Amino acid sequence: MSEPVPQKADPAQTHVAIEWKYSCPFVSCRFDPTGRFVFAGAQDMTVQRWEIGSGTNVSLTGHSSWVRALGFSPDGQSLYSGGYEGRLVWWPATVDKPEPARSIEAHTGWLRCLAVSPDGQLIATGGNDNLVKLWKAADGTLTQTLSGHAANVFSVQFHPAGQWLLSGDLLGQVHQWELSTAKLLRTFDAKELHTYEKGQAVNYGGVRSMALSPDGKSLACSGLHKATNPLGAVQDPLIMEFDWDSAKPRISHAPDAKTIAWRAVYHPEGFLLVGCGGTDPLLLFFKSDQDKEFSRFKMPNTARDMDLHRDGVQVVTAHFDNHVRISRMAPKPA
Amino acid sequence: MRCTYACHSSEHLLARRRFLGQLAVGSGVIVGGLGALTRPATAEQLANKQKRILCFNMHGGLSQLESWDPKPGTDTGGPFRAIPTSVPGVHISELLPHVAQQMQHLMIVRGVNTKEDDHGKGAYMMTTGRRQTPAADYPSLGAVTAKALAPQDSAVPGHIRITPGGGGGRSEDAAYLGPRFASVVLGNGNPPANSARDAALTPAADEQRNLLRRHADDRFLSRRRTAQTDAYTYSYEQAQRLMGERDLFDVSKEPPQDLERYGTYDLGRHCLLARRLLSGGATFVQVSHSNYDTHNENFDFHLEQVGEFDRSFAALVADLADRGMLDSTLIVVLSEFGRTPRINHFYGRDHWSAAWSVLVAGCGVQHGGAFGKTNANGTEVAEHQVDHAQLFHTYLTAVGLDPTDSFDIGGRPMPVADPASSAIKELLA
Repeated sequence: MSEPVPQKADPAQTHVAIEWKYSCPFVSCRFDPTGRFVFAGAQDMTVQRWEIGSGTNVSLTGHSSWVRALGFSPDGQSLYSGGYEGRLVWWPATVDKPEPARSIEAHTGWLRCLAVSPDGQLIATGGNDNLVKLWKAADGTLTQTLSGHAANVFSVQFHPAGQWLLSGDLLGQVHQWELSTAKLLRTFDAKELHTYEKGQAVNYGGVRSMALSPDGKSLACSGLHKATNPLGAVQDPLIMEFDWDSAKPRISHAPDAKTIAWRAVYHPEGFLLVGCGGTDPLLLFFKSDQDKEFSRFKMPNTARDMDLHRDGVQVVTAHFDNHVRISRMAPKPA
Repeated sequence: MRCTYACHSSEHLLARRRFLGQLAVGSGVIVGGLGALTRPATAEQLANKQKRILCFNMHGGLSQLESWDPKPGTDTGGPFRAIPTSVPGVHISELLPHVAQQMQHLMIVRGVNTKEDDHGKGAYMMTTGRRQTPAADYPSLGAVTAKALAPQDSAVPGHIRITPGGGGGRSEDAAYLGPRFASVVLGNGNPPANSARDAALTPAADEQRNLLRRHADDRFLSRRRTAQTDAYTYSYEQAQRLMGERDLFDVSKEPPQDLERYGTYDLGRHCLLARRLLSGGATFVQVSHSNYDTHNENFDFHLEQVGEFDRSFAALVADLADRGMLDSTLIVVLSEFGRTPRINHFYGRDHWSAAWSVLVAGCGVQHGGAFGKTNANGTEVAEHQVDHAQLFHTYLTAVGLDPTDSFDIGGRPMPVADPASSAIKELLA
């Protein structure tokens, strides 16, 4: 049932290759590091696992709210999931019927995001208590609590070099922390990703995702701007790329679309892949020296999360219409 | 609303502005009143009981599922959990932990079906107890309460609305009861405009000016006194008294620790102001909180908004209880409708009037529980369905009024509440 996987991505040829339907909408999705499985958080508080090759589906139950945050040990044997009830759960990722191996109350309020350190030793989580926390992956011990955000923490990301952690919040502030000292080193100002609409009296936006470029020179932050009517989803997507050395904005991508840039990831070939949901469900493709996208793919339905397979060709998206879809940046098979 | 009793000469209008600014608009042309209350003994009896209403308007349409009627674990429930309250067996959204501790004072009405998903029409129905029609306009709950319960000689306006923003002034929500009972709007909780004496005017000079006005009024009234001229005179006198009570609107006079407890944001300040106004003799105070029209990111925005409400409202309920005011103060938390059980593709919820909730508390209503029920995923009312008209009857009955009575409007009886409806007996204590 699966198509042969080419080695080089061709965004202009992107097409939906696989669809799995479930009984309710999805809110999150990730490929596991081995590339064998897709995991997706659903609105029924479960995590659904599909084996890509066979399409075999298994339901993981252990949360009492939506699972927005998913991460893995580097070997793909452990899944870490974070729920809006504030709980961080460890799972054996590859067994036939995964059951929670460990569960801790990690945050007061929503646990919105998690990331696993490159060496797999640490799990970073961020939540609505405005805190970033670091946990030992081996036993769940809390090693650091990083306070310094003035609003909900929306995203966390380890630097590939291993000594820093980045955390982005609702107000568009990205803090760079030194892991060895828990010291706040500097802040990237992405306040364009935040809107306070006075008439509606609501804060909106936030750093919905972060990504570091393969060459280490850029930090991308995705979200939205021009939120003239936050309560009515009237806004435009925005992806800001910062120069890593200076922490200054280098280029902004503001595509012509009514949507939210839920997630941005750098492709190993250097371009930026952005998954968007809302009125215009899109996959957008940017080069780091051009503000306009060089390609776009319209998906069948609103996507709420996106991830890139290790093969650099397959993209998984979690959809409102009860589907998880895998799109391929390659020509359709004849 | 155009006042038909003033002469409209430029001199008159100028003098009127110079005297009192927009406060003078507070008069009305309507005579007569609540039938039963035209009997002085009854009116006096009610006034002595000092019944009052505190109304919260959750502007835009509060989600019942993220407040009073959570459905966790269902296809409509969303990501939030339900938490126990101080009343065993009654659970509300986890967004309301402080309110949960006050549940012994509160009653959730969970079976509201108003069959109206339009903002303006829904708001009208919930605040007047009637459907909006081109044929007639009806007074709001605040106007009815002010006319029926506010003491005639009160320095404090009988009908006050505290709004999140706006410039204040006077609304047109009294219909045939006349502008005297229309709401005085405190935009962002600020005192009424022009209620401070001009710094250049000494108290003595101000008094002289008012003596002159009274003399002119008396002379005119001695020959051509009518109900209209009485009302006109009343507006000046009420405004004059209000200027003397301006401190009542100054929430900074409250202890700083109370503001901290209520929340150092607009709603916290507005709730503290409501406490101050009610304690100072206001008959009807409405606090609006905005904005709950969450077609997009319903859960994030409710988390933010309900979080504010939870802390401030719970502090206010606790204080009214501690001060012994709950026996005489009816609390109503309403909205124009609820929000759809179905979660849309923006993580939003849309307009939903078929099965939602209103909260009541205090004076004359049952407390410590929930009345009515929705089905498992909140799409329909399952037990004890009620509507806006029944709720309106219930509010008035709770504060000791007879909603089946009529106003005498220029000799024509106008039913106080929808005559086709009645109070919800099970809710009344």
